[in-house]
Amino acid sequence: MALRAGALIARGSAGLLLALLFAPLAAILIRAGGGYLPAPADWAAVRFTLLQAALSALVSVALALPVARALARRRFPGRRLFIALTGAPFILPVIVAVMGLVAIFGVRGALNTALAQLGLGPLRIYGLHGVVLAHVFFNMPLATRMLLQGWQAIPAERFRLAAQLNLPPAATFRLLEVPMLRQVVPGALAAIFAICLASFAVALILGGGPRATTVELAIYQAFTFDFDLGRAAVLALMQTALVALAAVAALVFARADGSGAGLGRPIARWDAPRGWRRGADVLVLMLAAAFLAAPILSLALSGLPGLAQLPAGIWGAAMTSVLVALASAALTCLLCLGMAAGLSAVVQGVGLLPLALSPLVLGTGWFLILNPVIAPSVLALPMLVAVNTLMAMPFCLRILAPAYARAESDHGRLADQLGLRGLARLRWLVLPRLRPALGFCAGLAAALSMGDLGVITLFGTSGQDTLPLLMYRLMGAYRTEAASAVGLILMALSFGLFWLFDRGGAAPDA
Amino acid sequence: MKHLVLATGCLLASQAAAQTPVLNVYTYDSFDSDWGPGPQIEQAFEAQCACDLVFTPAGDGAALLSKLRLEGARSKADVVLGLDTALMAQARATGLFAPAQVSADYALPLAWTDDTFVPFDWGYFAFVGNADGPKPHSFRELAASDAKIVIEDPRSSTPGLGLLLWVQKAYGDEAPEIWKALSDNIVTVTPGWSEAYGMFLEGEADLVLSYTTSPAYHVIAEDDDSKVALPFEEGNYMQVEVAAMTAHAPQPDLARQFLAFLVSDKAQSILPETNWMYPAVKPATPLPAAFDQIVPADKALLMSPEEAEAARAPALDAWRSALAR
Repeated sequence: MALRAGALIARGSAGLLLALLFAPLAAILIRAGGGYLPAPADWAAVRFTLLQAALSALVSVALALPVARALARRRFPGRRLFIALTGAPFILPVIVAVMGLVAIFGVRGALNTALAQLGLGPLRIYGLHGVVLAHVFFNMPLATRMLLQGWQAIPAERFRLAAQLNLPPAATFRLLEVPMLRQVVPGALAAIFAICLASFAVALILGGGPRATTVELAIYQAFTFDFDLGRAAVLALMQTALVALAAVAALVFARADGSGAGLGRPIARWDAPRGWRRGADVLVLMLAAAFLAAPILSLALSGLPGLAQLPAGIWGAAMTSVLVALASAALTCLLCLGMAAGLSAVVQGVGLLPLALSPLVLGTGWFLILNPVIAPSVLALPMLVAVNTLMAMPFCLRILAPAYARAESDHGRLADQLGLRGLARLRWLVLPRLRPALGFCAGLAAALSMGDLGVITLFGTSGQDTLPLLMYRLMGAYRTEAASAVGLILMALSFGLFWLFDRGGAAPDA
Repeated sequence: MKHLVLATGCLLASQAAAQTPVLNVYTYDSFDSDWGPGPQIEQAFEAQCACDLVFTPAGDGAALLSKLRLEGARSKADVVLGLDTALMAQARATGLFAPAQVSADYALPLAWTDDTFVPFDWGYFAFVGNADGPKPHSFRELAASDAKIVIEDPRSSTPGLGLLLWVQKAYGDEAPEIWKALSDNIVTVTPGWSEAYGMFLEGEADLVLSYTTSPAYHVIAEDDDSKVALPFEEGNYMQVEVAAMTAHAPQPDLARQFLAFLVSDKAQSILPETNWMYPAVKPATPLPAAFDQIVPADKALLMSPEEAEAARAPALDAWRSALAR
């Protein structure tokens, strides 16, 4: 009974999501009066998009594996801070992150300055490797969090047993970790692949020119410079098809987890190997921390001098951004809980789709739908919340769905026997088990929403600046220092929100 | 004092709301920012029109036009401010604009006869660099040098499109060769002006595609004379920014009045130091020395709107294949 209600809610939520996504596409197609056949340049863009997204996903997850493993089996001071740091790159506004990467890896960046001191030639960041580097910077931390969650979901009893049996690390890996990875890795790969598919500014700037043209750039061009709505819609459909393929592939390859239920005790890792493996873990963590922290630190430093020139509108903009972020976080968690209740594979696949449709496509479509009814500028902030929610959903669903499934598979039968249903089941079974995942989701959704420029420029609001918009405006008015300072405030607020939610939900062990 | 004005304003607004007509002006984002001309223009025009001027910002010039096209005849816009000559042919073809019969004694390097689109400021595209850095005098010299440049993408930004048309106008059929020769100078291509200029300031490149007036900002606002704009022997391509009233303007009279105001001395003297462009009409008070022309008038390059529209697609293809290696 409870399950049937859950499935109903899940289907309802998935249906709502599909409507929110595809109504705008339909509106654009109708307005365009039909589609368009992709030109050779579009296919070139598709090929490059696929290549960079696939490489970025593979490298991100490959690098995340040792980091997540080290985090899972080591306890050290600063571990919590490290885990919190893994949220940071992901939530930076694109332009801020690019500037941070350039400050470290660019022609005059810290890395090349250091290399020059050693008498080594400069490394060029621009090219396919630069695109992958930037995407790894954004997504490796996300992959780490997803994998770490997988490790933490292995019941503590299994590790205790492994320690009692005195299993060598290789055997623990094969018996406990590989089955978990087979379940988690495909989802992480698919999610990152899908995120990178829709990359535009990062791919162009770090790709070094038109070689690095992605489908998203072609969509932008079609909307603004060519006003070819049919082409924009067809390109958006192609992008959606690619994401759908990735989602299906992830579902096919993900195997059911066989590690069974545990009692949810804090995990103690008696098996954590000593000797050289300990040194290797330390090295991995230090390298990862340096890679993630260096660009962020340089951004923070470059933001400091401008703090004295912060414009008067900063606190109003900050307030607007925080309110939008909180609303998006609440909506995202509600919708994701609804969808996770269904547990069905299809529902989870649907959850990746928003990644395929950029804010630009969604915004334009909804603009077309709403314009005859109501002045779009009135709805700028609600639209911003809606689009940010859609953009955050894929990640949150990826994180919540497995946790929900585990709660149900581990304790669902007991809850059934006890007759726990509806809200009571949610309160006593689901929410306590989902707390860490929910906290992470809310933090992620809030922070993502803070950094996104989204649809606000399209809908146009006079006097309702958000922080990213304010930053772009300062940059556009030559005020680079002040823009960096706004970037710093934006970073601090995003990270603060993320940290509050994430810590608020964290289990004592995490 | 400010509060008193505000309070009086609120009180009056409630009584006057019914009578005060609203003039809706769509413009690009940086025009309406606190650092752009928007606030001063609004204040000055409202002082003479007995109306409420409302700016609605939307991205850049191209985004502005596509927003208007999305809205079509239902648009509430009376005036669209911030298109340029590269977008004019497309804009005219939409049929969404109407002649305003506004003219002035323009100080443009070329004659202006269009009766629909009113030019309000203009500038030259130019590579901007550091005074102690490389200063090539032409595209060929730039291509032969090892100077590094950051440029904007012509598919997503107005300056990028300007550079594309510049090379096309200066070199015609040889343009693809110039692009091929430039390809090893290009550090990267950015989606918009802000990213490119930011990367230049970070030191990622010696030169960035910007405007001849960019150094004026650094001199006047930052007291920094280390930036220079380079005049090229081929000539520098112009950007003329225009405004026009819409065919379905709810307030056509106010729209005409606003366009006339835009080329009046009052508005023209606001523009240079807020929009960092040259005024379309010579203002009564002379401009600061930082605005002195570095490009002689006979080196001003510009395609007519029709020419630009026809050249765009083939030039883009050539650009893409030359740079895609």
